Amino acid sequence: MSKQVLLIEDEPNIIEAISFILSRDGWTVKTHSNGADAVELVKQRQPDVLILDVMLPGKSGYDILRELRDDPISAGVPVLMLTARGQTKDREIAERAGCDAFMTKPFSNADVLETVRALGAK
Amino acid sequence: MPRDTLTGSRIRERRVMAGLKQSELAKRADISPSYLNLIEHNRRRIGGKLLIDIAHALGVEPASLTEGAETTLLATLREAATDTEMSEVEFARVEEFAGRFPGWAALLAESQRKVEALQRSVEALTDRLTHDPHLAASLHEMLSTVTAIRSAASILAEPGDIEPEWQRRFNRNIYEDSARLAETSRSLAQYLEEADSEASETNAPQDELDAVFLKHGFHLPALEVPEASVDPATDTLGAGLSPSAKWLLHTILTRYRADAGRMPLSECADTVAASGTDPLAFARRFGCDLASAMRRLAHLPDDLLPDPVGLAICDGSGVTTFRKPLPEFPLPRLGAGCALWPLYRALARPMMLHTEVMEQSARAAARHRAFAISQPTGPAQLGDDVLFESHMLIVPEPKRDTSERIREVGLTCRICPQVTCEARREPSIMVASAPRKL
Repeated sequence: MSKQVLLIEDEPNIIEAISFILSRDGWTVKTHSNGADAVELVKQRQPDVLILDVMLPGKSGYDILRELRDDPISAGVPVLMLTARGQTKDREIAERAGCDAFMTKPFSNADVLETVRALGAK
Repeated sequence: MPRDTLTGSRIRERRVMAGLKQSELAKRADISPSYLNLIEHNRRRIGGKLLIDIAHALGVEPASLTEGAETTLLATLREAATDTEMSEVEFARVEEFAGRFPGWAALLAESQRKVEALQRSVEALTDRLTHDPHLAASLHEMLSTVTAIRSAASILAEPGDIEPEWQRRFNRNIYEDSARLAETSRSLAQYLEEADSEASETNAPQDELDAVFLKHGFHLPALEVPEASVDPATDTLGAGLSPSAKWLLHTILTRYRADAGRMPLSECADTVAASGTDPLAFARRFGCDLASAMRRLAHLPDDLLPDPVGLAICDGSGVTTFRKPLPEFPLPRLGAGCALWPLYRALARPMMLHTEVMEQSARAAARHRAFAISQPTGPAQLGDDVLFESHMLIVPEPKRDTSERIREVGLTCRICPQVTCEARREPSIMVASAPRKL
């Protein structure tokens, strides 16, 4: 059975592009666009890798990540954070919240693929 | 030791006007001509009997030699010296400087004001870049769109076959996203252009308001008639103001109109005639709250009052939202005032009317009575905190013997000579011995 990626991002065309490249690489890609119920969804789905955007409607990616790390059920999920602002501050917040990898937009498909593979192999 | 009046300069002026030689005046006042010369150049303090003697010799009131409107000028000059390497000795000669070179002193003060305004603009611009939600949202939108385009484009550009269905899809996405990107970047460019022109003509909004009231006075006849409406008055008075200054002006004028509606001018005149500038008398007569009464007093025409009154209003954070300074009770142009003012102390005990006689210690000790009260800004809400704002009315008070406590207050810490003060929040540049060298 192929490994599962959950992509939480609210930009439809980014969803489409990332889904395409990951599916082509053999991943099962699930997507979700709302921050409010994201934590519940991650706990339910237990993905092998979570790709999490910072700016989401309903709840920020940082808050979602903190809540995930606080609960033993979801504390171990490997998380790749995406942000549209590459300030050191953002990276620090993300790392403190417990992300495994961090990527600023605009990123390259190859980098995403490589990072997701690395996280999935953990 | 700071001296704030240019008494010496005034003596010289009066003497020249009277056509007296220095030696003649010295003889009449029974001092040596060289000593008089030092006095006239503000190099020696003068007071008490000698002042009265000289005034008598010149045939003028002693008070006319010690009172003047230079306090604001001197305060600005002292601010200009803040954060410089100037020695205390040199710093103490500020009055001599202002007295001997009035034109240059005024020029320096004007430059200081411009520097402050520019600093303010720079801060506003930096603030905008860091915190502007519109800018942040635009950049986020652009970066997201660029990401989507880049991802889709690189899928198409990579070697290998992609089903025609997917090709069409990504082509369409790129087309849509690039249109969106064009729109976002256009509106961002436009926004930056507007922001730029706004900032270049803008000082602090508060400064712009000061200019409006300086030009038109604090009494606005256009708002006194019952049919007056605030919007056209804001447009007339606020012509050429930045949007934020105009917004402030509108808020102030709205209150003005409401106060004037409740307290018509003719009845105000009666009240002043009966009880002077007593905000309590106004509150009783018109059945209004004290803050409204204070605002009304501050906006009455000067000739209606025994003396013009000043007013400062600050919000719960201590930021001044309205200021009407008096010649001998200046209010700081930027930042907060002296924490000892009843204005701020009232915030800790809302709804109580504080009153106190104050002397600004750095001034020529002109005496003022302050009335201050902190009141909720709006009606009570169920289960919710109300916000408070504080009003302080400043009324000139004649100097006479009194058993009442006279509180020595400052203007702002940086230029306050009080050595030991519990309210000090930064070292003074006027205290020679002390924390300046820390």
